[in-house]
Amino acid sequence: MNNPLRLLALPRLTPRVLHVWQRNRDVFVKTYRVNFLPPFLEPILYLLSLGFGVGSFIPEIAGVSYAQYIAPALVSISIMNAGFFECTYASYVRMYYQKTYDAIIATPLTIDEVIVGEILWGATRAFINTVIMLPVLFLFGVLDLPWSLFVIPFAFLAGLLFASIGMCFTAMTPGIDTLNLPTFLFITPMFLFSGTFFPLTLLPKFVQYLAVALLPLTHVVTVIRSLTLGTPSPLLPFSLVWLTVATVLVFLLAVNLMKRRLVI
Amino acid sequence: MAPVIEATGLTKRFGDLVAVDHVTFRVEQGEVFGFLGPNGAGKTTTMRMIQCVSPKTEGSLQVFGMEVEGHESEIKRQIGVVPQENNLDPDFTVYKNLLVYARYFDIPLPEAEATIQELLTFVELSEKRDTPIEKLSGGMKRRLILARALINRPRLLILDEPTVGLDPQARHLIWERLREIRNRGNTIVLTTHYLEEAERLCDRLVIMDRGGILVEGPPRELVKRHAGTHVVEADDTPQVRACLDRLGARYEPMGELLQAYTDTPRDVTRALVGECQMGHVAARPATLEDVFLRLTGRKLRE
Repeated sequence: MNNPLRLLALPRLTPRVLHVWQRNRDVFVKTYRVNFLPPFLEPILYLLSLGFGVGSFIPEIAGVSYAQYIAPALVSISIMNAGFFECTYASYVRMYYQKTYDAIIATPLTIDEVIVGEILWGATRAFINTVIMLPVLFLFGVLDLPWSLFVIPFAFLAGLLFASIGMCFTAMTPGIDTLNLPTFLFITPMFLFSGTFFPLTLLPKFVQYLAVALLPLTHVVTVIRSLTLGTPSPLLPFSLVWLTVATVLVFLLAVNLMKRRLVI
Repeated sequence: MAPVIEATGLTKRFGDLVAVDHVTFRVEQGEVFGFLGPNGAGKTTTMRMIQCVSPKTEGSLQVFGMEVEGHESEIKRQIGVVPQENNLDPDFTVYKNLLVYARYFDIPLPEAEATIQELLTFVELSEKRDTPIEKLSGGMKRRLILARALINRPRLLILDEPTVGLDPQARHLIWERLREIRNRGNTIVLTTHYLEEAERLCDRLVIMDRGGILVEGPPRELVKRHAGTHVVEADDTPQVRACLDRLGARYEPMGELLQAYTDTPRDVTRALVGECQMGHVAARPATLEDVFLRLTGRKLRE
């Protein structure tokens, strides 16, 4: 692994990838009651407290109500959390404690396929969360139709990015406790400073640049806000390109880092 | 017939550590082949290379006549694995565990269902079909893992410590099932620390230590070759040593005892008791354990 380009090697895949995804889906369906509740309740709680509570002191922000402003951020955050946490803590438990990966690679599946199946599942979690959240947000009257419907396919792609990011940390973490580090140092700041609850322009220029250059959530919020408000942000094309490039790179990195950890 | 496994100069290094050091062995169709050795001898590493999950560093390794590198999925399709650690899926029931596993092999659903039915009967778990994994005893988990390893009707079954931690009943059931599998013409490769298990099950075995193979052969033959038919044990005193030297017997100190390996235990015993007037003398048939300890020593391995 001296050549850094090997960290971006393409995985070898067959349709068997799907079996890893199906395994996770089966577990998810079995425990659906607990799984469906958070993405249903979360937007309601946030919208009531922040959107309509805090929002009552904010007559208007960027030309819309505060609830309208943060609704796309809530979806983006849910996508981020679903993808990231599925492929960090949950994947780590499957890999290390349950030895699920060991069991699977004793069958015709390869480790590439296991990792890709896990990432696809993480993206699916993001997708499911979005599908549950959108009708709730719609009932609160904070979505523009039909543009908001495009959030659904986009959620899967954005989920792919956050799942891949999570998988990179899973590949590098010495133990499950150290997964707290990327959570507090990366996910939490991103949650607060990606143009989620206030415009980026309020931040010092330097921080703005950092957020645009390095924080994927900034771009996800940009895209989703453009869709839910039905008004494209000037940053939209750039965000789409940034997300595409980042997703491809981080996805390949995740697969190869995991291989480096597991193929011994 | 071509061998099921053929390893030539097979080597595995982890950094500076040589886990498997140029081993050469063949496993023939239809035999039960054992890997014995202390912890860290390289058994599990060898198993993992055969299972195509750990790439070799050097040498050649063929399974079903195919070089392992590049044919991983084809080979894995035809093998069943019972790992050392239980890795059943805790999120599923007994039945669902097998069903999900069958899916990894692309076994069509109706066929999988029929096979599962049959396998649950085979390992006597039919009544536990809908039980969650955590409710199973250690022996049941082991039997379920055996059933899982058979879901794809493997030509080669690989077992890493199949009966570790089981009570005698559970162990005998597993042994019986393994013999049935062998009798159907399948090949079995296993590692074990239970030398009695190896003696009962294996047609041929190797004893490994420090990454290399020390001896290879049928268990009975190995015992005969390296320990004789019997072992005579006596207290380790200068008199006993002198007496055994006079008899020309092969012996070794084992803790506080001397062990003499012999094919004529009666003569040795008579000599020790009669001529040398020794108090504690015991003769017993030699076992694989004698060979094992003789070859690998008594020092603890961590």
